[in-house]
Amino acid sequence: MNAKKTIEGVFFLTGKDFANVGVASSELKAILEKMGIDHDIVRRAAIASFEAEMNVIIYTPAGMMRYKITPDHIKVIVEDIGPGIEDIELAMTEGYSTAPDYIREMGFGSGMGLPNIKKNTNELKISSKLGAGTTREFVINIKKE
Amino acid sequence: MKLQELVDSLSLEVKTAPSNLTKEVTGGYVSDLLSDVIANSKKGNIWITLQTHQNIVAVATLKDLSGIILVNNRTPDAETLKKAEDEGLPILVSPLPAFELVGRLYTLGLRCQ
Repeated sequence: MNAKKTIEGVFFLTGKDFANVGVASSELKAILEKMGIDHDIVRRAAIASFEAEMNVIIYTPAGMMRYKITPDHIKVIVEDIGPGIEDIELAMTEGYSTAPDYIREMGFGSGMGLPNIKKNTNELKISSKLGAGTTREFVINIKKE
Repeated sequence: MKLQELVDSLSLEVKTAPSNLTKEVTGGYVSDLLSDVIANSKKGNIWITLQTHQNIVAVATLKDLSGIILVNNRTPDAETLKKAEDEGLPILVSPLPAFELVGRLYTLGLRCQ
């Protein structure tokens, strides 16, 4: 791995496109593995980005995932175009979900997504505006503190 | 323990990726909630579920699971089979319900680890 290099990229996500759930996060995982980043850090980044990706595909019409890998950390920003989260604190509660039944029957919508992101990242910021969209921004440190 | 041993001991039907039955199984996890599997399964685990849609392949690939066993003779969707074949992920099918299947896997020595 070239320790001085910063790598950036973007993936576009389409709502209800269940055939492609995991494509963006798998690609990010492959990039991190190729860079020789520690397995545990890759695992945490893969989990967090997968959950964020599922979040966009299940609940929103469209969005995108941007990533920036520096020698110190992995930063991922996942934005969508709506509908927005009314109560972020409630959405962060384990087990809380607004998913409709058909989504739950597929094994999604267990209310574990956002808590899973929080558990696997060093920083997580979620901002949302009803009718406008949600931004999830998280950081995973590469260097041990 | 290798996947092939599970196939032989439990008469599992191999639906995809027969060439990857040489994979080592580190333990097992049973759940039908995708986020639960993402949070709690471990690398190399065999995953026992009733979900048959293509997203199970994405979850198993993300977590580097050794394979998936579908319970109650459930039939994987066509897209699931295609994706699993592309990813080299063995999908196995058992006629047993989850409780019975997990009991037998435990007896064979697999643990949740």
